[in-house]
Amino acid sequence: MNMTGDIAILGYGLSAIGPGVGVGLIFAAYINGVARQPEARGMLQPIAFLGFALAEALAIFGLALAFVFKG
Amino acid sequence: MSIVALAAEGSTYETPGVADFWQPLIGSGAFAITRASIVIMLSVAILSWLLLAGTKKLTVVPSKGQFATESAYGLVRNGLGRDIIGSHDFLKFVPLLFTMFVLILLNNLFSVIPVVQFPTMSRIGFPAALALVVFAVYHAVGFRKHGFVGYFKSIIPAGLSIGLMIPIFLLELITDLFTRPVTLALRLFGNMFAGHLLLVLFIGGGEYLLLHGAGGLKIAGVGALGMGFVMTVFEILVQVLQAYIFTLLAALYIAGAVADEH
Repeated sequence: MNMTGDIAILGYGLSAIGPGVGVGLIFAAYINGVARQPEARGMLQPIAFLGFALAEALAIFGLALAFVFKG
Repeated sequence: MSIVALAAEGSTYETPGVADFWQPLIGSGAFAITRASIVIMLSVAILSWLLLAGTKKLTVVPSKGQFATESAYGLVRNGLGRDIIGSHDFLKFVPLLFTMFVLILLNNLFSVIPVVQFPTMSRIGFPAALALVVFAVYHAVGFRKHGFVGYFKSIIPAGLSIGLMIPIFLLELITDLFTRPVTLALRLFGNMFAGHLLLVLFIGGGEYLLLHGAGGLKIAGVGALGMGFVMTVFEILVQVLQAYIFTLLAALYIAGAVADEH
């Protein structure tokens, strides 16, 4: 089979797996926390978004590098 | 299959890419005035006018403009500044944080505001400059607070054995000097770039399918335009979130630098 295209894009797909799982786990924990203790929402929210931002960084690296190494 | 069918129509579809974001309007090369620089100058003018108008006639019962300005300021001052940096020395950082927040927010929203429709932060130079400001500020306040040697000492967590101190110190040093500013700039850039690329793809591709596609492809074009609308709404959420996250991380880095020994 003959395939054409750019393998850098495949790298982005791979790099998105980890952050995808990670962001899911973070928001699952956040929802659990708020469901158990609704008054803790204000305190948990910045922590959840911080974790989300840090986990997402890997996928963003993947995207940037996919364009850097393209063609 | 679809590409073959489209090519048969005559004109071909160009997939959007990095080149679509480089739009010099005046001049060329490194010193060209691009669409992004026009947009950021426009944002500064609009923000100055909005904030001056919002704080002109201050009343106890606020007008709509004053209320909106105060809500945005309150979010940054209390939600980010006071809660994260701490009530002792957050006030002197609030102007920086508020400027960052409203500047990034408006420039991100420009991605979907008609006529402008260009996210400034999708050119790496703009988020890199903002991250550099944050980088300089949190190291400067750290050195001022702890002294030169004290600041390097303060990045090591207390209670480590001598053998662990050196590797942990090196890791923390790499985080402080390299990872933090680079991720700060790349996160904002990546989100704005990818989001805008997605919108260009859905709306441009949908328009092409609808006008040049054969038969059933026209229906796919309607679907693509519908997805374009859904993604636009989702992008507005991402844009607000990214402005918030950039400010949140800036506040956290400053908080880490001014914190007392732990």
